[in-house]
Amino acid sequence: MRVVVVGAGPAGMAAARTAADAGAEVTMVDSEPEAGGQYLRGRARFGHAGVTHLKNTEAWLVEGDALHLRGPGLLRFDALVVATGAYDRPLPFPGWDGPGVITAGAAQALAKQGVTLAERVIVTGTGPFLLPVATALQDLGATLVGVYEASSPTRWLRESRAVLANRHKIGELAGYRKVLPRLETRTAVIAKHGDRVTVAKLDSRWRPVGHRTEHADLVCVGYGFLPRTDLVPHARRTGDFLDVDERQRTSIGNVYAAGEVTGIGGADLAEAEGVVAGAAAAGHEPPAKAVEAVRRGRLFAGALARAHEVQPGWRTWLNPDTTVCRCEKVRLEDLTDATSMRELKLTSRVAMGRCQGRICARNAAELTGVPFDGQRRVIAVPIPLGELADLPEEQS
Amino acid sequence: MQPDVVVMGAGIIGAACAQALRARGLAVLVVDRHGPASGTSAAGEGNVLVSDKEPGPELGLALASRALWPELADDAEWEEKGGLVVATTPEAVVGLQAFAAAQRTAGVDACEISAADALACEPHLNPGITAAVHYLQDAQLNPVKATRTLLRGIEVRRTEVSSADGRSVTTSDGVISCGAVVNATGPWARHFGVNVLPRRGVVLVTTPIPGRIRHKVYDADYVGAVASGDADLQTSGVVESTQAGTVLIGSSRQRKGFDDTIESKVLKALARRAIAMFAMLADVPVMRAYGGFRPYAPDHLPIIGEDPRTPGLWHATGHEGAGVGLAPATGRLLAQLLTGEDPLVDPRPFRVDRPEVMV
Repeated sequence: MRVVVVGAGPAGMAAARTAADAGAEVTMVDSEPEAGGQYLRGRARFGHAGVTHLKNTEAWLVEGDALHLRGPGLLRFDALVVATGAYDRPLPFPGWDGPGVITAGAAQALAKQGVTLAERVIVTGTGPFLLPVATALQDLGATLVGVYEASSPTRWLRESRAVLANRHKIGELAGYRKVLPRLETRTAVIAKHGDRVTVAKLDSRWRPVGHRTEHADLVCVGYGFLPRTDLVPHARRTGDFLDVDERQRTSIGNVYAAGEVTGIGGADLAEAEGVVAGAAAAGHEPPAKAVEAVRRGRLFAGALARAHEVQPGWRTWLNPDTTVCRCEKVRLEDLTDATSMRELKLTSRVAMGRCQGRICARNAAELTGVPFDGQRRVIAVPIPLGELADLPEEQS
Repeated sequence: MQPDVVVMGAGIIGAACAQALRARGLAVLVVDRHGPASGTSAAGEGNVLVSDKEPGPELGLALASRALWPELADDAEWEEKGGLVVATTPEAVVGLQAFAAAQRTAGVDACEISAADALACEPHLNPGITAAVHYLQDAQLNPVKATRTLLRGIEVRRTEVSSADGRSVTTSDGVISCGAVVNATGPWARHFGVNVLPRRGVVLVTTPIPGRIRHKVYDADYVGAVASGDADLQTSGVVESTQAGTVLIGSSRQRKGFDDTIESKVLKALARRAIAMFAMLADVPVMRAYGGFRPYAPDHLPIIGEDPRTPGLWHATGHEGAGVGLAPATGRLLAQLLTGEDPLVDPRPFRVDRPEVMV
């Protein structure tokens, strides 16, 4: 039984270990030099009998029962586990494309490498992920001007069932106690010009109801996450995330998914999903404890998605000349009255640049009202033509 | 109000038919399940070519279209970039030159140029080429913008058609009565009674390298691949840049129904063909690939005319990979036939009652 796992974050590592323990021959592929993913970033000391860890390796295409790797290379599998995680979603505002604005995820990654980013920083967005980012920046000596949460905390009052099932999550808040005094809810950065930052109070739909000016060198933006699902463009999904059954199997027979590609619920849920996916991929019954942890974690993930759902009022933060797509320099006023994503792209060039719409496509869809097509990129990472010319021949 | 004509399909052909009908004073409604240019039209390179067509009725239609496009496509990134067809082997020289000579007698501006002149036109071209022909009339446009331009002032309704006869169209939102129906559904046209099959194509897109490639450049094998009806994968090297600086790399032809999975063997073959023409492309990253389905008629000729079995039902489909290039003349021809005007080209080769087409 050959199991290939893509991604070496909490979900991928758990899947690889579990599948190996169940007797499968496991290869774990990851683009980073060390295991850990975004969450543990190089701090995981991964080594497990029966698991071959391919570091610094990018996977770019699933074709039947083969995974194509940069290099080029080809890995055959009986079962594949996609644990490729998610990336931050920024929302555009006047000045977001200028200097001193980065995603919250990028800020955290740099902080984990010990890079001091700026004197005065603001973290703005929605969701509990803002707190560890702010903590990491403060620990490096930055002055935290504010942590601005766009949503209202009262939205969590409707989620008592999820909270009760996940009481340990409340304990995690204690780890962020140093930044909690700087936390301000129903608040967001809606413009930045030089170090002058416009901070607005928002109504429940995120429309500004009043604003003030703060000074900051760096604004870190994170309005939730979008899953990295490029390897399985044909897999069924709900909203942005991959659909999986109770064994973490996607709509494609021998392809499983675990972690943030199925929904955002934190590292413990990702790890539990990895255990279930790894066992199932190796042809074993998933352990009951992990199945129960997934059930509980999904309750929390669902509550998180509802409480921190991006509200449509953000669209009023933009001016006609505000950049929507940074790669192709497309402004709000350049977006056309298209009916499909493809039509929108080919008439405005939004999402046609280097990032292939990872940053802007979702936002452009919401700004214009065209249905978001999930950005089904058939080549997951850029590849030189010379490497494509040298692809291994099909054996079939 | 009841429309005179319902056009099914808001791709480049449906848009051109609608535009030409409206210009003749008819009330036109276009219906499409996904909206303008959501299928084949947006899945190509936006080519307006005469270079790849042998003398015959399709070349006549292409030349008529080429004359009409400039005034229709002013807002659609229209670019008269010219085509450069190159032979890469000694054996291909005679065939390429004979093909160009025959085209010249049919009115195509095909200039044989030396390998040195070809390299002057395209400095990054493989210096080992054995012959070249420069086609001044070949042009390119943005097919989505062109479709939208043609549809300006015409109602496009998003709805799915389940059946149609010559007097009405049944949609998911009810029955629309009308005077005539045009089937411009491209590779899906078979549903309405003509033998059109999907022929898959894939295009690779590189990161921007502005100014490095100036013309549409393709190898002489392309013409053979276009004319073939083989179901197996065929590829030829077709390389050109867009106004955004990206390079588009085709072309592949494969008959495998509406299966849209990307196959590595197709990517590999396209990359090899492109590098054989431009060695510098080996280091240029591909950032995406996209594909679509050409509407393919077994005898390789478009289908334009009234269905003799169903009066009032008109077809405009089967343009395979040349729909953008053939659209304006197709639309005009269809409108002329429908309104009883004299046609701009002989319509008989495109008639519906060809044995290969009637199903």
